[in-house]
Amino acid sequence: MHETTTCPYCGVGCGVVASVEEGRLNGVEGDRDHPANYGRLCVKGSALHETLGHQGRLTRPRIEGREVDWNEALDTIADRLGEVRMRHGGAAIAGYLSGQLLTEDYYIANKFFKGFIGTPHLDTNSRLCMASAVAGYKRALGADAVPCCYEDLEKAELVVLSGSNLAWNHPVLFQRLRTAKSRNPLMRVVVIDPRVTDTCELADLYLPIAPGSDIALFNGLLAYMAARGRLDRDFIAHHTEGFEAALAAARDEAADIATAARRCEVDAERLETFYYWFASQLHVVTLYSQGVNQSSSGTDRVNAIINCHLAGGSIGLPGAGPFSITGQPNAMGGREVGGLANQLAAHMDYHTPGAIDRVARFWSVPGLTPTLPEAPGHKALALVEAIERGEIRALWIMATNPLVSLPDANRVRRALHKCPLVIVSDCMADSDTLGCADIVLPASGWSEKDGTVTNSERRISRQRGLLPAPGEARHDWWIICEVARRMGFAAAFDYDGAHRIFDEHARLSGFENGDGPGETFRLFDISALAGMDRAAYDALAPVQWPVNAASPRGTARLFESGRFMTDSGRARLVAVRSRAAIQQPEGEARLLLNSGRIRDQWHTMNRTARAARLMHHRSEPFIEVHPADAARYGVHDGGLARLVNARGDYLGRVRVTTSQRRGELFVPIHWNDQFSTRARASALVAAVCDPLSGQPESKQARVALAPLPLPQEACLLLGSDDKAPLAESGWWCRIPMSHCQRWQLALANAEPWWEWCREQLGSAPTLWSEDPGSGHFRAARIEAGRLVWWLAVAPTGRLNPLLGEIGWLDDCFALEKIEREQRRRLLAGRAASGEDAGVTVCSCHQVGQKTIERAIAEGCLSVAALGDRLACGTRCGSCIPELKKLVAAQAERHAEAESA
Amino acid sequence: MTMLRQGSRAIDKLVIIGHGMASQRLLERLAERDERPRHIHVFGDEARPAYNRILLSPLLAGEIDENGIALRDAEWFAQHDIRLHSGRRIERIDRQTRCVTDNCGEHWHYDRLVIATGSRARFFDLPGAALAGIHGFRTTADVDTLLAASGCGRRAVVIGGGLLGLEAAEGLRKRGMTVTLVHRARHLMNRQLDAQAAELLSAELARRGLELRLGCQPTAFEGDGERVDGVLLDSGERLPAALVVTAAGILPNAEPGLAAGLAGERAIAVDDTLTTSDTHIHALGECCEFEGTTFGLVEPIHAQVEVLAERLCGGDARYALGDCATQLKISGIDLYAFGVLDPEAGDEVLRYVDIEAGDYRRLILRHGVLVGGVLYGDTRDGPWYFHQAQRRRDLRACRDTLLFGAHDASQQLEEAA
Repeated sequence: MHETTTCPYCGVGCGVVASVEEGRLNGVEGDRDHPANYGRLCVKGSALHETLGHQGRLTRPRIEGREVDWNEALDTIADRLGEVRMRHGGAAIAGYLSGQLLTEDYYIANKFFKGFIGTPHLDTNSRLCMASAVAGYKRALGADAVPCCYEDLEKAELVVLSGSNLAWNHPVLFQRLRTAKSRNPLMRVVVIDPRVTDTCELADLYLPIAPGSDIALFNGLLAYMAARGRLDRDFIAHHTEGFEAALAAARDEAADIATAARRCEVDAERLETFYYWFASQLHVVTLYSQGVNQSSSGTDRVNAIINCHLAGGSIGLPGAGPFSITGQPNAMGGREVGGLANQLAAHMDYHTPGAIDRVARFWSVPGLTPTLPEAPGHKALALVEAIERGEIRALWIMATNPLVSLPDANRVRRALHKCPLVIVSDCMADSDTLGCADIVLPASGWSEKDGTVTNSERRISRQRGLLPAPGEARHDWWIICEVARRMGFAAAFDYDGAHRIFDEHARLSGFENGDGPGETFRLFDISALAGMDRAAYDALAPVQWPVNAASPRGTARLFESGRFMTDSGRARLVAVRSRAAIQQPEGEARLLLNSGRIRDQWHTMNRTARAARLMHHRSEPFIEVHPADAARYGVHDGGLARLVNARGDYLGRVRVTTSQRRGELFVPIHWNDQFSTRARASALVAAVCDPLSGQPESKQARVALAPLPLPQEACLLLGSDDKAPLAESGWWCRIPMSHCQRWQLALANAEPWWEWCREQLGSAPTLWSEDPGSGHFRAARIEAGRLVWWLAVAPTGRLNPLLGEIGWLDDCFALEKIEREQRRRLLAGRAASGEDAGVTVCSCHQVGQKTIERAIAEGCLSVAALGDRLACGTRCGSCIPELKKLVAAQAERHAEAESA
Repeated sequence: MTMLRQGSRAIDKLVIIGHGMASQRLLERLAERDERPRHIHVFGDEARPAYNRILLSPLLAGEIDENGIALRDAEWFAQHDIRLHSGRRIERIDRQTRCVTDNCGEHWHYDRLVIATGSRARFFDLPGAALAGIHGFRTTADVDTLLAASGCGRRAVVIGGGLLGLEAAEGLRKRGMTVTLVHRARHLMNRQLDAQAAELLSAELARRGLELRLGCQPTAFEGDGERVDGVLLDSGERLPAALVVTAAGILPNAEPGLAAGLAGERAIAVDDTLTTSDTHIHALGECCEFEGTTFGLVEPIHAQVEVLAERLCGGDARYALGDCATQLKISGIDLYAFGVLDPEAGDEVLRYVDIEAGDYRRLILRHGVLVGGVLYGDTRDGPWYFHQAQRRRDLRACRDTLLFGAHDASQQLEEAA
């Protein structure tokens, strides 16, 4: 049976066709009919079915580590939240949500916290990835509304990728762009990034700008457009405001190319080429992501980009517009329901006239009137501070892992430990954040959850429940509704399915939405999707909002009429100027640390790490370093190093690469305490943010770099899920494989390894090899024919080249019986040993039958000739009869071939 | 066209004393050369032409028959115009007249003489050593005697835990005897194997039913005055024995040469052209000594044959001592050893150990060069290691993979190159 659903990873929101047989999801492929991907899938998406299975899932609620039934868990939460609310007020309760939640979950959470608990303190991990994009859109366009669609990338004549490693983070869009470019030889692609990434492969022009010089770059562009008469004067005059001030600010910062080039630290000619292309082209899409957003001036950067589009009139047209690509599968859905602390609901903000009253009326049921907060709540970083101050006394975290993802992560851990009540809903059992939870709730995961998501082009798609959730795992919306019911809000949380919630969401989007009396016009309007029954909901085809009476089939592109959502109806150009990053060198911590995703992992890895093949691309936490910095700080490629600043440290394997600028480093954001020692990049990032969007400055931390002097390294493969013996002074990294767990260890001391195995692994080696002089030791344990563990030890830097066929070793753990011939191969660490020599014929010279047959075939037609060539039969001579037979057999075959 | 070397004196009449593997191999080499001595006489005191002595143990074990050890038949000798005198022992050498006398009193003149009389088992000079039933294990005649004496279920004692002793013991065991092996050292094949490999070997032999007495020596043979019925050990134990095989070393059959006044101590001394102190006489194989070394394994003797054949055809070749590798001819037990046995300070010892599978190898590196190896179990890589040792190849670049065999190591060497 094939079912359509959507991928739970990045913001592209690809359609997936899942093959479900007998309660198992056996495979996935891209949905050819889904407009996001037209059948394509990236490597993460293709491995979705490999990440499933009940192992490692949360299946029972827990209170203080004790497994309880749902009733007790829900009663306890209702009691304790009720108590906090009574004694400290609703505002002492906070929620922290995630772009992993479905829109229905998000809607219910927003309604519960803001409408009925009465707290504004509901924020989400989307704060970490697109808050600046939201703030920028609102400031310029009057609404959080992405003007473009994916097709615009294909229709554009110029695509500018700024602060986006599209090739790794949105691979399907990258593929679409690649195809479009190959079809349109006139299309040009410009990549703007301090770091050389795989995305540069598609670039006609690459600008390796200095980190944080984005505003100077786009201010320079605006000044250039004005200087060369490349402005769309009509569009500016009729559809925008603030142009003069914006241009003045731009000229103030970068009046000419030389100045802009100097500020961006790029070649002036290349810069002029970019400016010329942008200024002379109407069909320009600027696609931007975390490289722009994750900054203390992220919102201004977004506006610097939008300014140029407005000035050139390249917005609201096919193949044109400023296009923010989100990181998460449903970051957009969260924005639509209003699930951020500065939003109220359904694209209404606290300051939207009449909004609080309107939402309160909409959510009212007979006998129950919601009490909405009056003003925005704490954004993520402020939320942590409020917990530290003791103002927030209960925190409910859903579907996210803030101990890994929030900046200054060690401080977040301390704050959470201090918070009197921490509730964590998650689907996976191995999340760092669970360590801080008083109450743990098992949530349903992808393939079980049922609802909708919105991708980066405003397209709403169904994500389907295809399998039953394991154990007692429940949908997030169900959990919230049950708590709400127990707190006395039953009538407002009475849903018999996700489709009912979606219906209410759709109705709210259209509620008093318009230009009539008592109405306000909101762009987010999916009222045409209201009233669907279960069957219609299940049949919902992917559609782009708005979906209303005016556009019942959805809307591909916004602002085509030139009317914007500001009070004046005009888009705003915003005067912006570069500001230095807040994080500046402190003491020894001088190197600039960039952070980001890698191709094959997702967020904190607790799903993607379950697919062994996704661990192949980058298996360990790493640090990318320019060769000059590597030399200066004494680290070398493949060695371990430590990054440190006042907040924390990070250990990883050094990758020396010229793709980094000098003085700058890059680390991945994925690793955490479940997978390695001190490998949470966020521990190094200061909790500072953009004043408007509240988005942290995650790409400009400052650190010191030093080698990690651990002389011995080991690779231990364990057939069981036991933890490897880990030395306090050492380093470790766990790499899940298909049939075993791989543990990479680095140790301060060389051990007597044979004894170490017996004492630390609990069993002596069955076979081992040792070269004490060179520090090499390998061993394996075989019990009843099965491989139990495997170990290789080498001096630092010498181990990894020996692990060439680790996949083969992994497969050996699945074998019922390790054959005698394979045993030494285990320690060699590779399957094949050259060409097969066959059964030994000449034992003196160890010459095999197949080798002899090959020599005969090549013309050694006598025993003497064989002896001359292979030395077989020349010593003791006992194999000569056999050699004669082999020669005769060949002659016979030859004769047969002749006669035939 | 025949190309006789005019500059060197062609040898007209060559006499070879002894017809074992060495002299037969020499004949093979000469037979294919145009420059060979015209008349060749070869005398063997065994009744049959030379046979493959290495295969005596499978013959004893019953794994092959006498045809399986034969080398050449009479036709071959006729074809190559070589006079073979089987069953004739040369009693005396007269260097003055360049003449040898056989046991029939017949005289044979030579222009050049080769002594290749081999060796015999060393017997113990102990009480009861003269009793019947105490044998060596060197000839088909020994095999016949042993077979005749080996009744099923009877007890045999083999003295000597080297190659030959082990092969004899295993052969007798396969013939149905209950065999106890007595060895002076603490572990078997102590001149070739390290303790771990010897331990694996002992365990395998014990598993097969061989009884081992290690670290023991015989002190007396006991019997009824005529035939042996027991061996007394220095441990005080008495081993009942209907048959005793002594395989604790060999003695060169150097007597004919030494009696004729040729230089030599334990054996007949030769120089690097295999020439004795008499320029008309050469010695070859187990009866000769070179630079104080005597020989028991086939490999260096083959090298001697090449040198001597070249000399006898008027060429110039020189012999030098080289390492050689040891193998055991017991079916189902593979071991291969060469070179240095006891590592010196500064040597690097690499070991691979899989006791459960009976697979073991130990390599000794000296300044990156392989100088010794012991392989037990899977010995297929043995010759490759040996070759690397002989070439004195620097193996540092493949040290990580060296234990895993020729393919892995070669690949790493290539990658490093």
